[in-house]
Amino acid sequence: MKILSIIIILLFNNTISFSNENKKNEILKNLRCLVCQGQTISDSNSDFALTIKDVVDEKVNEGLSKKEIYSFLSDKYGDWILFNTPLKKNSYFLWFMPYILFILGGVFLYLVIKKRAQK
Amino acid sequence: MKKKYLVIIYSIAIFIFFVLYLSLGKNKIYSTQDNIGKKIPEVQLNYFDKDGHFDTKEISNSKFTLLNFWASWCGPCRKEHKYLMELSVSSNLIIIGINFKDEKKNAMKFLSEMGNPFSVLTTDFDGKKSINFGIYGIPETILINEDLKIIKKYVGPIDDKDVRQIKKIINK
Repeated sequence: MKILSIIIILLFNNTISFSNENKKNEILKNLRCLVCQGQTISDSNSDFALTIKDVVDEKVNEGLSKKEIYSFLSDKYGDWILFNTPLKKNSYFLWFMPYILFILGGVFLYLVIKKRAQK
Repeated sequence: MKKKYLVIIYSIAIFIFFVLYLSLGKNKIYSTQDNIGKKIPEVQLNYFDKDGHFDTKEISNSKFTLLNFWASWCGPCRKEHKYLMELSVSSNLIIIGINFKDEKKNAMKFLSEMGNPFSVLTTDFDGKKSINFGIYGIPETILINEDLKIIKKYVGPIDDKDVRQIKKIINK
């Protein structure tokens, strides 16, 4: 019975550390290395990247969510540190412009085709 | 009708050109200037040469505080040190040094050779505490008022011009 309990505890711990590792990797891949040329924190071995990796590791182990960690870092370094710009009032245009252009393009094509069909 | 389409196409092309032109002019170098006006976080920094820690809340005890992130291995820190020494004689300014990822022995040697401008000397041996201040390289210097708000942030070594600016602010 004792052995079974130990196995269950070990499995449980392994599952937690595996999911934390995945979460950490996902976060690091979405963070920009501010002192490198277009590299993510995950890819960089710069001093800054190594410190951020330690900080993210610490925060993940403390049980903070991805959102909380992104929020902490963007508070210190601005949204520039995030590769996926969050949806905010000042980024509505950035997020919705492709869709607006797509719809406008569709309307334009529809009008052209309709006009040609009438001829 | 054809003319109408041409107007639409030209308008879209001009719009796209305008957006691209604006984004070309945008400064892509990372800047921490957005931190100006923000309150510094509550962080406990270990004292460099004694046990215990310094709480950033204590900064409100002085009218102006300069937080300087430095290390003995950092060349530009050596360059800016004389300016910190110059500022250290100002009566209404306290300079807090945060020794960044450094060997205590080397840092002590640095200060004994170049002088110690710091009223309070703390250490961030693994650099993690400095992340709370938005630090991404050293030297960096932050000027804070008694409300714990960031007034100025200097990335890189401070120079004569920065010293004059700091003096102007603290002597107002």
